[in-house]
Amino acid sequence: MIDLKNADPNFKYEIIKQEGGEGLLKCFGCSDCAASCPVRYFDERYNPRKIIRLTLLGMKKEVLSSPFLWFCAHCHACTERCPQGIMVAELINAIKNYAVTQGYCPEGYKVQLDLLKKLGRLYEVEDFDLKKRQRLGLPPIDKTIPEVAKILEHTGIEKVVKK
Amino acid sequence: MRKYALFLGCTVPVRAQHYELSARNCAKELNIEFAEMASASCCGFPLKAVDAETALLLAARNLSIASKMNLNVVTLCNSCTAMLSDAQMQLKNKEFYKKYKELGFSYPHEVIVKHFVRMLYEDIGIDAIKKIIKKPLSSLKVIAHYGCHYMRPSQLYGFDNPEVPHTFDELIRTTGAQSVEYVDKKMCCGGSVLGIDEKLAVTMANHKLHIAKNNGADAVISICPFCTVMYEDNQRKAEEQFETQYGIPVLYYPQLLGLSFGLDKNAVGMRFNRVRPEALLEKIG
Repeated sequence: MIDLKNADPNFKYEIIKQEGGEGLLKCFGCSDCAASCPVRYFDERYNPRKIIRLTLLGMKKEVLSSPFLWFCAHCHACTERCPQGIMVAELINAIKNYAVTQGYCPEGYKVQLDLLKKLGRLYEVEDFDLKKRQRLGLPPIDKTIPEVAKILEHTGIEKVVKK
Repeated sequence: MRKYALFLGCTVPVRAQHYELSARNCAKELNIEFAEMASASCCGFPLKAVDAETALLLAARNLSIASKMNLNVVTLCNSCTAMLSDAQMQLKNKEFYKKYKELGFSYPHEVIVKHFVRMLYEDIGIDAIKKIIKKPLSSLKVIAHYGCHYMRPSQLYGFDNPEVPHTFDELIRTTGAQSVEYVDKKMCCGGSVLGIDEKLAVTMANHKLHIAKNNGADAVISICPFCTVMYEDNQRKAEEQFETQYGIPVLYYPQLLGLSFGLDKNAVGMRFNRVRPEALLEKIG
C-alpha cells in the first residue's frame, strides 16, 4: 500500500535535474515500458512503470531504497516504445544516479569505481596478458591510465559514493 | 585504404583477444588500417549508473585521443559504442563542452563512432566483402545476437531497425552461413544485471541459448564481449539452472568472417573459444 502522507512533492524535481531525468513529467503511465522490458519478462519484481509512478507521487524512500531499481539492464527496449518519447532507460539511470547521491550505491559499483581509479580500466593488465598479446602479434596496451583518477577527482564522484 | 582509431575498451584486450585478433586480421583482408589509441581508458559505461556525467567525461576523453589523431573511431564492444556515441552527442552541448575543456581536453575534429560491424555494413559494404569470400560457410546454421547497444537507443544511432534489426543477419549471410530468423532477436543477454542478480541474468541468457538449441544452431554469433560472457562463460550455469545441455559455441562475428575469408583457425583465435568449436570446424572442413 502507498501512504501519501510520506510523499515528498519535490522528489520529482530533484530527478528532473539529473542527467537523463528530463522526460519524467511527460509520463502518463501507459505501461508500454513495462510491457517491452526483457527483465520484467523474466522477473515481475522489476517494473519501470511502477518506479516512474512512485517517483511522480514523491515516494522517495520507497524508490531509492528498492533493490529492484538496479535491475534495469539499460537495454533501451522501453525507450524505443515510449509513446511520449521519454528515454525511459535514461530516466531510470537518472533515478539510480540520484539514489547514489542519497547513499544507496550497490557494492559492485563501488568496487568498479575503485578499480577505475586505480587502473583506469576494469581489469588489471598483468605481465601474463601482455606476453599473451605479444605472442598473438597484438600491440601492447597501457597497464594503467592515471588520467581517469583525475576525472574522478574533478567530478567528486568518490566523495558522493562514500557519503 | 580506410583508416580508423581502434577503441579496445576494458574487456576485449585482456579477456577476448580472439575477438581483437580476428577483427584485426579481417580488417587487413579488407584493406582497413587500425591506428592504436595511446592512453585510451575504460569507455565510462560501468560508471553510468553511478554518475552519468563522470561516465560521459571518461568517454569524451577517449574521443579527444581520436580527435587529435583526426580519425573516426571503431569499437568492438556494444556498450563502448553506446557510451562513446553518447559523448559524441554531448560534446555538442555547450555546458558539457565547458566541463570537458575545464579538464584540459581538446576536441579539434568531430569524431564519428561506429561499431566494427556497422563500419563493415556502412563503410565497406556487403558487395565489397562478398568479393573476397574464399570459403563460403554454407554448411553452418547460426543465431545472430545483436546485443542491445548495437542499434538502441535509435535516438543515438539512427541505424538499422531497433525492433526488427537486419544488418548483422545480412553480414552473417554474406559469409555463406544461414542466419536463423527467430522471435526475440532483440532480447538482452542479461549482462547488465549479472552483478545485481546472477540467477536472473542467467535466466535471460538461457532464453537465447534455448532458441539456439531448438533451431539446431551450430553457434551463437556475438559482437559484444559482455554478451559473450553471458552466452559462453555462463553457459554451464544456464545448463545447471535449467537442467539441460547446450554445448553451443559462441563465436565473435570476425571469427566467422575470417573463416569465410579462408583465414587459418589460429588467425581468428579459435582455440580461445571456451565452448569448444571442433564440431563446427569439422563441419566447414
